[in-house]
Amino acid sequence: MRDPALARIYVNYFNETHSMVRDTMRRFVNEAIKPHIDAWEEQGGFPREIYAQAGSLGLLGIGHPTEFGGAGEADVFLKVAASEELMRSGSGGFVASLGSLDIGLPPVWRTGSRALKQRIVPQVLAGEKIIALAITEPSGGSDVANLKTRAVRDGDHYVVNGSKTFITSGARADFYTVAVRTGEAGFGGVSLLLIERDTPGFTVGRNLKKMGWWASDTAELFFQDCRVPAENLLGPENSGFFTIMANFQAERLSLAVMAYMTAQLALDECMVYVKERTTFGKPLSKHQVIRHKLAEMATQVEVAREYAYRCAARMQAGESAIAEVSMAKNFATSVSSMVTDEAVQIFGGMGFMRESLVERLYRDNRILSIGGGTHEIMNEIIAKQLGL
Amino acid sequence: MAIQNFPAAWMTEEHQMLQDSASRFFKEQWAPKDAGWREAGMMDRKAWEEAGANGFLCASMPEEYGGAGGDFGHEAVLILAQGAAGLSGFGGSLHSGIVAPYILHHGTEEQKKRWLPRLATGELIGAIAMTEPGTGSDLQGVRTTALKEGDSYRINGSKTFITNGQLANLVIVVCKTDLSQGAQGMSLLVLETDALEGFRRGRNLEKLGMEAQDTSELFFDDVVVPASHLLGTQEGMGFAQLMQELPQERLIVAVAGIAAMELAMQETLAYTKERKAFGKPIFAFQNTRFKLAECQALLMASRALVDAAMVAHLHGQLGVDRAALIKYWISDNQCKLIDECLQLFGGYGYMKEYPIARLYADARVQRIYGGTNEIMKELASRFL
Repeated sequence: MRDPALARIYVNYFNETHSMVRDTMRRFVNEAIKPHIDAWEEQGGFPREIYAQAGSLGLLGIGHPTEFGGAGEADVFLKVAASEELMRSGSGGFVASLGSLDIGLPPVWRTGSRALKQRIVPQVLAGEKIIALAITEPSGGSDVANLKTRAVRDGDHYVVNGSKTFITSGARADFYTVAVRTGEAGFGGVSLLLIERDTPGFTVGRNLKKMGWWASDTAELFFQDCRVPAENLLGPENSGFFTIMANFQAERLSLAVMAYMTAQLALDECMVYVKERTTFGKPLSKHQVIRHKLAEMATQVEVAREYAYRCAARMQAGESAIAEVSMAKNFATSVSSMVTDEAVQIFGGMGFMRESLVERLYRDNRILSIGGGTHEIMNEIIAKQLGL
Repeated sequence: MAIQNFPAAWMTEEHQMLQDSASRFFKEQWAPKDAGWREAGMMDRKAWEEAGANGFLCASMPEEYGGAGGDFGHEAVLILAQGAAGLSGFGGSLHSGIVAPYILHHGTEEQKKRWLPRLATGELIGAIAMTEPGTGSDLQGVRTTALKEGDSYRINGSKTFITNGQLANLVIVVCKTDLSQGAQGMSLLVLETDALEGFRRGRNLEKLGMEAQDTSELFFDDVVVPASHLLGTQEGMGFAQLMQELPQERLIVAVAGIAAMELAMQETLAYTKERKAFGKPIFAFQNTRFKLAECQALLMASRALVDAAMVAHLHGQLGVDRAALIKYWISDNQCKLIDECLQLFGGYGYMKEYPIARLYADARVQRIYGGTNEIMKELASRFL
């Protein structure tokens, strides 16, 4: 007999609002994205109007405060549901670029001045303007505390000198949330500045050629005596490091979501292919090694997703879950590496060809255990949280 | 400072000299052009003719057929030299190590004289058309037909994933000549495709890696060739001919794997010693050093295995079983090693301008072509 008290232990993380948003996102992906995504991947970008389209459907506002036109920042699972559906576009690059506001914007509404928030946030949530987060520098990615780009106060302005690289949406963003050094060496001297595209002394470099994420523009940024109004400082001077670290939590959870969804899509592709494709007189799905491979893949994807949900639940409950989110990112990206690799193998020669989705998933996947903190940095964080 | 591999017992002084001169040539003359070739999705005839003029084509073919009179060791050092220069687009190993041997081992005297000298100069660029859209690993399912009509064969069908597909003008096509038979109904037809009616090249396929390699689809619509273009003298020998050459093809994959692993290791050692994070070179972190020690051991073991296989092969004793195991094991470890190396590059490892990103993308097909690694295990298991 089913005991209602025991049954309540199982919690469905998603509610009706979530499934409504899922539907909207799915329709948007099916109608506005999927018919064009192959072409956008080849072109190395997608039209700017897509931001406005997503904005007008309210999709960009998910995870951002209601007072500036967002859907609210407290509902972590709303974001998870939306991200899962967006990943069904099959292009990690598209998701990363359309979603660059999710890493670029929170420092603005969390720590910017009232006037700055009111000026910047609604435009970005509407999809009229694009925002990027700029932390990594040519000389250092993971080592945020030692970044070198300098901002020196000069009257009403900061004078910024330095450079950034691997900046998602970097080629065409209008606003950049930039990590700079305003103080002493180390993490205590880091601040965040909002820098606008047309600021004199600021130039955008090459749109970098990457292994995957082709639909995303990824650029270098250069600052040469770039004068930024002091009111664009986000939060108190030298407090940037903690804002960046807090921001990373959400980013890492969303990378975990991207990872298990990448794996899910690869698995879905395989499930169709193995039933169609015949070798040695029977469908691939009837070869034992293939069946067992798929069983392993399905198991791993299931566990990666459920663990990520658990982390999301803890974040939703207000726990910091620092180690757990790092674990979720590492676990999910290890799963997606294994699953996309096996998927290419199951597709054989076709898996090496651009016309198969698994080829793209394989390339797109490789960045997931590097971006947002490498696998090794996650392990450092976990070790520290373990008290080592 | 670096850890040296054990000496390769098969390598003679002559091999070493060829490797050194080829390495120099590839690095100085071709590596600067590689970005352009990758952009174009193919190399060009001029490069092939250069390779011919420098003695890099058909090095293992007898001198009387225009070759350099070397052995498979010569082919192997050319593959190592090409790999050391990071050139994955050049299909020279297929041309010299697979296409030419088919003709040498199975062709009539007349066929050898007709095709081998021109393969050695690069006037002819070779390809072998095996895979079809519906048939990859499962060769017996080939549907392309070559039906005898008087003194000629009429060929119909299509092939895909054909290495050198855009540039090749000598294509060995795996066909069914007897529809009532399975393996016994297969034959190899040699097509000179310049101005050959009914022959059409399809798309130059866009791939995950090997961007300078012109892997293509080929179509045959009522292509008619003289009966003298049947490789050998007897119909129905195709499957046996294929089987005989496959061990060498698989050893070529393994040698290319070694070259890629060596380059990855070299690039990664240089990068981790120069690049700093948290105030010290990445190499100074214990995790980095352990990963690299593991990679070095993997490379050393892989190289020793391939060197042993080289010795066996040069004595005609490699065997289908051992070649299959070596192909799968080396290509698996190649992917593993390059993945570990790429990780140590962080974000730069994802940027195409870094050789490690290209090595990663290029490596993936090594576990697929030449027979997938699953087929390798299937094959080897029959000998267990």
